[in-house]
Amino acid sequence: MSTPETPSRAEIEDFIFHEAELLDAWNLTEWRALFTEECRYLVPTPSADPYASPDSTLHIIADDAFLLTERVKRLGKRTAHAEFPHSKTQRLVSNVRIAASSGDEIHVRSVFATFRSRHGRVDTYYGRHEHILVREAGALKIRQKRSILGMEALRPQGSLSIIV
Amino acid sequence: MPSWRTAWLINYFLWQASGETDVDISEIISIDTDRSRFKVHRSGYVNQDLFAAERDAIFNKSWLYVGHESEIVTAGDFVTRRVAGRDLVLARDSQGAVRCFHNVCPHRGAKIVREKSGNARSFTCIYHAWKFSNAGKLIGLNGPETYPPGFRQDPQHQLQPVPLLDAYRGLIFINYDSGAVSLTEYLAGAKEYLDLIMDQAQERMVLIGGVQEYAMRANWKLLAENAVDVFHLQPLHPTYFDMIGALSGSTPSFKGLTGEAHYLGNGHTVVEMDTPAGRPIAKWMPGWGEESKASIERVYADLVRRFGEERAFRIANRNRNLVLFPNLVINDHISLTIRCTEPVAPDAMDVTVWGLAPEEEAGNEVAVKRRLTSFIEFLGPGGFATPDDIEALELCQKGFASLQGAPWNDFSKGMASNTTSWMDEGQMRYFWVEWRDRLLRNCEVAA
Repeated sequence: MSTPETPSRAEIEDFIFHEAELLDAWNLTEWRALFTEECRYLVPTPSADPYASPDSTLHIIADDAFLLTERVKRLGKRTAHAEFPHSKTQRLVSNVRIAASSGDEIHVRSVFATFRSRHGRVDTYYGRHEHILVREAGALKIRQKRSILGMEALRPQGSLSIIV
Repeated sequence: MPSWRTAWLINYFLWQASGETDVDISEIISIDTDRSRFKVHRSGYVNQDLFAAERDAIFNKSWLYVGHESEIVTAGDFVTRRVAGRDLVLARDSQGAVRCFHNVCPHRGAKIVREKSGNARSFTCIYHAWKFSNAGKLIGLNGPETYPPGFRQDPQHQLQPVPLLDAYRGLIFINYDSGAVSLTEYLAGAKEYLDLIMDQAQERMVLIGGVQEYAMRANWKLLAENAVDVFHLQPLHPTYFDMIGALSGSTPSFKGLTGEAHYLGNGHTVVEMDTPAGRPIAKWMPGWGEESKASIERVYADLVRRFGEERAFRIANRNRNLVLFPNLVINDHISLTIRCTEPVAPDAMDVTVWGLAPEEEAGNEVAVKRRLTSFIEFLGPGGFATPDDIEALELCQKGFASLQGAPWNDFSKGMASNTTSWMDEGQMRYFWVEWRDRLLRNCEVAA
């Protein structure tokens, strides 16, 4: 059924799992390169409508291409104190499905549980990812990643200093 | 709790602490004026009995922030809040009056309202369907004929109002002590700074964009210190300033900037200072783009028209970090936020933060976006600064576990010169003295 334009779920899963592996390995430069030139990385606040515009509704993270680059630069520095030394993280991603395709965009939904271990404590972040992928020169790229947390609030986790 | 419990707790604390550390309440702060040393014993952040005594002597007797008038504009609007360990409903009743009740059924004690916010004419307990008007009046009983005459009108059977409720410039406060001084008297010198903040609006301020709800595994007083601690910005937050530098073309510099700390009475403090970056009300910075410049200049001109050049300059150009004792922080800098802490345990607090803007800005997409972006980049729990504050405060709390070997926190910076520089720690000394005196005062009342 697949054509070069409409990827199989297996190809999408490989891509999403590869992304999770890069994040677990703290290979953020390579992870950053998975995005298209214009891009967004969004983590809505748990109490808000997750589809509300970040221009009018508070988000935990509402990065455009500039801020995403800055976030990756920050997380590579010793002075990103919340993540130096880097936490140990493990991401489980499941329930991957192609939700829709429109134009050049492939809308992918998955669910996640991200474990972050630091200072003798384990925090769990869980929810669903909604990726908007496009194909550029044959390779899949992320135009937008929205990570919708399943918790009621960032309690007791406190902060979100990693890429979820 | 009755006051004998405060006395008992403090006596218990003294007894318990005496063997290990030789401190009592009056010795938690050590002030050596000759040598200009100001120390706080770390048991002040970790002791469970002291935490309970704080609840009695400070939180049960201070005016505490509960909500903003813009959250309950229409008759029937309500929000639910947790304030000093108690669940409350803050509502505008059908007659338009602001009410605040314990969110507890007078029947068997179940929490009644579960939603975070909404609009309702009445609230019904799920357990036995006792029903209350939004003014707190019992209006429905399951099987009313089985109750004695007058039962429904009994004051004990109504939703229990908090003893005192009042507002200042849109901020609504409650007090659990019916004998407390008025809100205006309590706010004392802080009113001047609240006015400088609220005067940014032509008529009134409104909350914008929702809420950030997070937590820190640290004592609540650590955030009160952190909020007026300008000295930490450069060592702790270089990655934030790097980002602002990349946005604006040059890293913000503190060189040549001035600022002062002020002690405002009743433990309230403020640091007022020049800004190294922009201010959303009326101080433009390059990172906000040319499209923002004209509207910011218009707002500035309007401030001059309303208040004259000098006050307009102060409102528009100077940052303010305000701590209203004990647990409310207003950050008026690159964003304007209300940050309230809820002590959960000696080593845990919940933090709730709202963004504030002049009502006339709320329909301006560019302005709202600028405020929200500045808020989450700096003060958001996924931003470029607050995660590092949380890390620092949690590291302090970890360090306090070693208090038997390393017992004292130091707040001596600037004490020798007796000045009130923004880069010193006088504002924290002032907070701690108030904290101690309130514990001692309420202990004396009990004795």
